[in-house]
Amino acid sequence: MKSLQKVAAAILCAIFVLMLLATFLLPAPYARQFRDVPNAAPSSAHLLGTDALGRDSLSRLLYGTRVSLLLAPAAALLSTLIAAVLGSVAGILGGWFERIALAATDLSLALPWLFLLLVVRAMLPLDVPPFVSVGIAFLMMGLLGWQASVRVICAAARGVRDSDFLLLARSSGCKPARLLWRHVAPNLRPLFYTQFLISIPIFILTEANLSILGLGVMEPMPSWGNLMRGFEDFSMLLANPWRLVPLALLVIVVMCFQLVLPSQEVTQ
Amino acid sequence: MSETNQSKSLFRLALQRLLFLACLGLVGALMSATLVRFAPGYGVQERELDPRWRAESVEALRQQQALHQGLLSYYVHYLAGIAHGDLGESDSLKRPVRELLRQRLPVTGSSVVRGLGAAWLAAALLASCGLAAHGWFFETSTTAFNGLLLSLPSAVVAMLAVHLRTPVFCAIAVVVFPRLYSYTRNLLLRSYNQPHVLAARARGLGSRAILFRHVLPLAAPSLLALFGVSFAIAFGAAIPIEALCDSPGLGQLAWQAALSRDLPLIVNVTLIVSLVMLVANSLADLAGRTFAGSVQ
Repeated sequence: MKSLQKVAAAILCAIFVLMLLATFLLPAPYARQFRDVPNAAPSSAHLLGTDALGRDSLSRLLYGTRVSLLLAPAAALLSTLIAAVLGSVAGILGGWFERIALAATDLSLALPWLFLLLVVRAMLPLDVPPFVSVGIAFLMMGLLGWQASVRVICAAARGVRDSDFLLLARSSGCKPARLLWRHVAPNLRPLFYTQFLISIPIFILTEANLSILGLGVMEPMPSWGNLMRGFEDFSMLLANPWRLVPLALLVIVVMCFQLVLPSQEVTQ
Repeated sequence: MSETNQSKSLFRLALQRLLFLACLGLVGALMSATLVRFAPGYGVQERELDPRWRAESVEALRQQQALHQGLLSYYVHYLAGIAHGDLGESDSLKRPVRELLRQRLPVTGSSVVRGLGAAWLAAALLASCGLAAHGWFFETSTTAFNGLLLSLPSAVVAMLAVHLRTPVFCAIAVVVFPRLYSYTRNLLLRSYNQPHVLAARARGLGSRAILFRHVLPLAAPSLLALFGVSFAIAFGAAIPIEALCDSPGLGQLAWQAALSRDLPLIVNVTLIVSLVMLVANSLADLAGRTFAGSVQ
């Protein structure tokens, strides 16, 4: 691991620890309003000031970081699981199943992903409690974000299909499910990890886009996306530059993920 | 392979693609119809909830709706409508979807084409400069700049475009450029490191001649395939950019439809955009194969 990768990994670890300890570090609950001091500048009482409704910006940032950084890996895990099962089965079985799976993947890859997300989001109610909106965003991204990984995993599984150890396992009467679980999956595990890591920054950015458009995590629950909704008021942003902290944190996290992954894997 | 055989196989491929597109259009239309048909609240009219209407009138309204309630008859009705260019009516805007698409598609098309043009030009220029200048500074600064652009959500780029009063296509170009640049750079570098390019360099061929006669022809099929994919990236980026920049295109229409849960509109918009994407991808693929064949 290069030194830059080590630094990026250390920053990510620090942010994740901060996210996990958010409960103990929160100066106030994220939805609590300090009505006497709306739009306050940073002070000892409110280190990052308050928003227009008087809510403590640091509390909202810490909690928003937790929501975004738990939501994206959870969605990435779900999509990688789907891709792992579909890609491995298609690669090992081959034939018609592989062709159909790859055709469906190509078709999904040709669609602009945000359009697909909007169609699914339009089918579901918009006026939902914040926790439900988090669940919807997680499920949408997890269930619709597997396509790119399937192609890579299927190609790798195809390479394993004709290997000697698999032939030996087959000739010993190994059942297909056991073959996949005990022989194919361990060989593809590094690829699964890579696909999982690649998906996380993509889902972080998607959540941000959806929430800025009002279709992701709903208020009053904070996430990096809906913390950036206030950026539309540029004059306020110029007067209060500390409001850019959520964007800075998002950029740092996504860039760290890009650095942690070896370059040839990022460009896959 | 002889030239006749090659053109025959290309013709066959083009026919296969056309057939695939037609099947896909049909499947897409049926899926769209299913989504609309089974969406919560399908077939319920606001007038049914109006207390001023008498029970007989409400029942008459329901009877009128029931004409197309059967699934098969609904599909037939929907497909017949599509065959006549009737994509239904928007629930929220109360206007024919076809008319809305006719108004909005050129706006998005123009922004996407100009944005793609700018992004491709910038990516190709910077990647070519990267081949000529092998310096550490150039490499690090372009990678850092590219990484920064890749880390920005397209909605934030759109907000920045609003504040800077830049046209929509510039914002699309900013979103598409980093994705294109990283791929283009890798493809050109891979071609540049081929043994025949090394031989050409050893013989003292100029860098421009190496780029245009040896590197680009080798990378062209992959670049053409990337061209098809870049359409999908640009259309995807158009949603937040048009929504936040208040540009009356398909992206804004899709966003408004999602916010007002106007399923007939968003499903048809997605169907049309998907078909445009698939045509662009097929054309790029065919062009890539033709080019690869001619190079061989």
